[in-house]
Amino acid sequence: MALADTTQIARRRLSGGGWWVAWLIAGAAFVALWWFGSGWPVDYPKAAQVPAMRVVGDAMKWLVNEASFGIFSFVDLTRFIAALIEVPYWISSSLLATGLMTTAGSAGVQIFPPVSWIALIGVLGLAGYWAAGWRLAALVVALMAFIALFGQWTAAMVTLASIVIAVPLGVILGLLLGVLSYRAPLVERVITPLLDLMQTVPVFAYLVPVLFLFGFGPTAAIVATIIYAMPPMTRLTVHALRSVPAEIDELGRMVGATPRQRMWRVMIPAAMPGLMIGANQVIMLSLNIVIIASMIGAGGLGFEVLGALRRLDFGVGLEAGFAIVALAIVLDRLSQAVATKLQFQPHRGEDRRSLIARHPYLVASIVLALGCGLLSLVEAGFQTFPAAGQLSTGSFWAELIAWINVNFFTQLEAFKDFLLLNLLIPLKRLLLSLPWLGVVGLVALAGLQLGGWRLMLLTGGLSFLIAATGQWEKAMTTVYLCGIAVAVAALIGIPIGILAAEKRRLWPAVQAMIDTLQTLPSFVYLMPVVMLFRVGDFTAILAVVLYALAPAIRYTAHGLMQVDPTLIEAGRAAGTTRWQLLTKVKLKLAFPEIMLGLNQTIMLALSMLVITALVGTRDLGQEVYIALAKADTGRGIVAGLAIAFIAIIADRLISAGARRTKARLGLK
Amino acid sequence: MTIPTDAAVKLECRSVWKLFGHHAASVYRVSGGQLSDAQLNEHQLIAGVRDVSLKVHEGESFVIMGLSGSGKSTLVRCMSRLIEPTGGEIVFNGENLLAASDKRMIEVRRHQMGMVFQHLALLPQLSVLANVAFPLEIQGIDRARRERRARELIELVGLGGREAFFPRELSGGQQQRVGIARSLSVEPELWFLDEPFSALDPLIRREMQDEFIRLQSVLRKTIVFITHDFDEAIRLADRIAIMKDGRVVQIGTPEEIVLRPADPYVAAFTHNVAKAKVVRTSALMRPHDGRSTSGRVPATATIAQAAPLFGPEAGALEVVDAAGAIVGLIEREQVVTVLLEG
Ligand SMILES: Nc1ncnc2c1ncn2[C@@H]1O[C@H](COP(=O)(O)OP(=O)(O)O)[C@@H](O)[C@H]1O
Ligand SMILES: [Mg+2]
Repeated sequence: MALADTTQIARRRLSGGGWWVAWLIAGAAFVALWWFGSGWPVDYPKAAQVPAMRVVGDAMKWLVNEASFGIFSFVDLTRFIAALIEVPYWISSSLLATGLMTTAGSAGVQIFPPVSWIALIGVLGLAGYWAAGWRLAALVVALMAFIALFGQWTAAMVTLASIVIAVPLGVILGLLLGVLSYRAPLVERVITPLLDLMQTVPVFAYLVPVLFLFGFGPTAAIVATIIYAMPPMTRLTVHALRSVPAEIDELGRMVGATPRQRMWRVMIPAAMPGLMIGANQVIMLSLNIVIIASMIGAGGLGFEVLGALRRLDFGVGLEAGFAIVALAIVLDRLSQAVATKLQFQPHRGEDRRSLIARHPYLVASIVLALGCGLLSLVEAGFQTFPAAGQLSTGSFWAELIAWINVNFFTQLEAFKDFLLLNLLIPLKRLLLSLPWLGVVGLVALAGLQLGGWRLMLLTGGLSFLIAATGQWEKAMTTVYLCGIAVAVAALIGIPIGILAAEKRRLWPAVQAMIDTLQTLPSFVYLMPVVMLFRVGDFTAILAVVLYALAPAIRYTAHGLMQVDPTLIEAGRAAGTTRWQLLTKVKLKLAFPEIMLGLNQTIMLALSMLVITALVGTRDLGQEVYIALAKADTGRGIVAGLAIAFIAIIADRLISAGARRTKARLGLK
Repeated sequence: MTIPTDAAVKLECRSVWKLFGHHAASVYRVSGGQLSDAQLNEHQLIAGVRDVSLKVHEGESFVIMGLSGSGKSTLVRCMSRLIEPTGGEIVFNGENLLAASDKRMIEVRRHQMGMVFQHLALLPQLSVLANVAFPLEIQGIDRARRERRARELIELVGLGGREAFFPRELSGGQQQRVGIARSLSVEPELWFLDEPFSALDPLIRREMQDEFIRLQSVLRKTIVFITHDFDEAIRLADRIAIMKDGRVVQIGTPEEIVLRPADPYVAAFTHNVAKAKVVRTSALMRPHDGRSTSGRVPATATIAQAAPLFGPEAGALEVVDAAGAIVGLIEREQVVTVLLEG
């Protein structure tokens, strides 16, 4: 044992030294290429570019115009799917938002109104009470009342109508795909890279093809939402099924369950806690994208935020943004509680009591809905929240920002210019001047060191593809924006995380703050920074930092709090000071976790960068956005893929690094 | 418990092997069923079970004992084909299970086998009643019938009144009672228990062992019971198989093993056992030489039970079988020797 240990240590030293030399040589080659190189290794030759945009664009045209299964075309199929989704959407939207209309669209006449706001709040409150008691009921009622009070009710119902269709579809599809991948390793191998792309290609990039295939309107928005929100469900399903104790599966086989019974009667119920986390992710992501979805006709709260952004009406944007957060919390807590309640239904024998006694909540809900419906015939306030009672903070925010601008304009400008001139612009120049071949080489070398030759092929290959498809300069701009934003987020987030972990009293407050930061739609962050700093790189970075801060804080705090207490005891016993304990023991052990937090920060930063293109950056995000405006599928997809490639490279490198460190520290 | 001497063989393992690792099957096939440690090392294979042959008789309590990692769980799972053996034969009621189709295995497991798991494997979302009825539900038996049966079993294991509880609301011992009731719901012919009491506190474990003895005296199942606790093995077994590194190193009745451990590994277990509580008079008795005795003792009595029967000056006791016929005699010195050995 001891002998094996020492040989291993020796080998590690050797390989450590080997890497050092390898990096030295690679670094020297890189610098030489950078200073003295010219021609194709520095600027990727136009002639050798892969015409990816044209190929993708043509493929899309072919899909839309020609692809066919014989009796029906591909577009017939997608339109058929759209029509299928249209049915439940029509029901939910009639019920919640528009009421029953004679014909669709604005020309129709309302035959029957949608559910009154009082009734809906009451029904949701009852559901909360039934599932988890009065605390949940109170939370649900308060949040929904908040939405009504700030005049967001109608918009919120439009959003809710599409969310209640998109979320179950996303959960079910994700679950089925997860079950399939769990059962068939081959399916998993095919699906995993697809899921990676679905999670990293910005939504903007596939809005155009979705529009072509499914048509403009809420259904296309639902499809885009599902594409975006489903992957975590699939991943978490596979993970949850794998984590079910082996004995539970053996039990299923031992009682002679058929494969189907084993899956649906034993494994899925036993995996429920993990599956619920998946469902929670679907809800959160669906609400994350309502704004983008509103660009292709979803309407609702997203449309409000987007409109507010265009008018730079921060107050309304913030209120609509918080309405989205409120809706997310209500849906999440309520669905989790109801699922738990349904799962643990106590056994009931034959029940001969009356309908009311058996289903008191259902009956009360129906009575409430009908009662409010009837009352609204007499008093309109029952139907829609009276305008007179609505609040708005719009003027307050406008005045606050105006006041800051009037009083601190010069200081803000000076601050911005200082950073631009001394940090941002030089860094951007530097990155743009790097030779593509050298960068590809270094990225590949990092892959080789951290994860072996497979990872090297992946990171090297993907970065080469970025160059080969003519996206290099834009990609480097993206790297520059993202890099600075992530660095700043880490500089702010990690200390906050440390503080929250060291002073546990602070943690609940910090947690609530970062939960809100993460659910608040990314667009909301754009408004105040644009109003203070106008458009440009600086503004974009600031917005990205705000949006991407949460995981840096969360993972740091989690990592520190998870450090094995016996190790801390041991450190204390050895007489370390508090500072030594933190730096020498805790931070060291929490390092892999902090790395993963940084990884998440990078992912969020990249997704936010696409949105900041709205405020005039010149990176891949802008490329995607322009493609959206021009409905250019090829351009959008290629730029979107380039962003995805950057994300995947960063993710794989950091994950491999964290895994290695973890193994080295002896954390499993 | 008595040893069913010539009862029918319920389950037989013939040279069963289970190897873990890449290409285990082909390495095994090439070797012709005999692999040395060196060969296993060379192919980086882990031997879960190595060349195990044993017979379990109808109505017998067969205990497999061994240290953690010795291959007990793997062996018991090979017996029900939860784990596919790499080689050998598993013969159940005369049928080679390794040749059975998936469909046939489902039938066998549904109606003829039951299993209790070390970590309970209760389904958290089901009540006690539904957990116990679960194997029947899987078979598609209607609700009224399966719940009637489940209630009987819950009563039998002493959990009456807790039908509506969920597993998380029960203590460890109670949870394992649910596991036991569930495994019995299909009235299995062959009952597997993989360390059912190992996760319990020592006091509760003792209580559950007593409970198990009581159940078995009512049910008379054919049992394969796994444990790493030699005392538990002695209390519950008709016969014990002792495993080490995937091999069975000795099979025998508790007293055979206590009196004649096959190797130092087995002797290390028997070392601390009070022999007087294990060894029966039948194992020590000599042929009756016609001398006068001071009383009678059953052949199934342990030495500890026989000791007080010796009067102040009696030199020997007559040993009688279940029918009352004299089968031999046992002398005072023999008993004293065993008692002094501890
Ligand atoms: N799925 C598996 N893959 C590889 N090795 C295994 C596997 N299952 C068990 N083993 C190995 O087989 C040996 C016997 O394990 P097991 O039957 O669980 O022992 P026991 O139940 O006696 O504690 C152990 O060395 C264990 O590591
Ligand atoms: Mg075991």
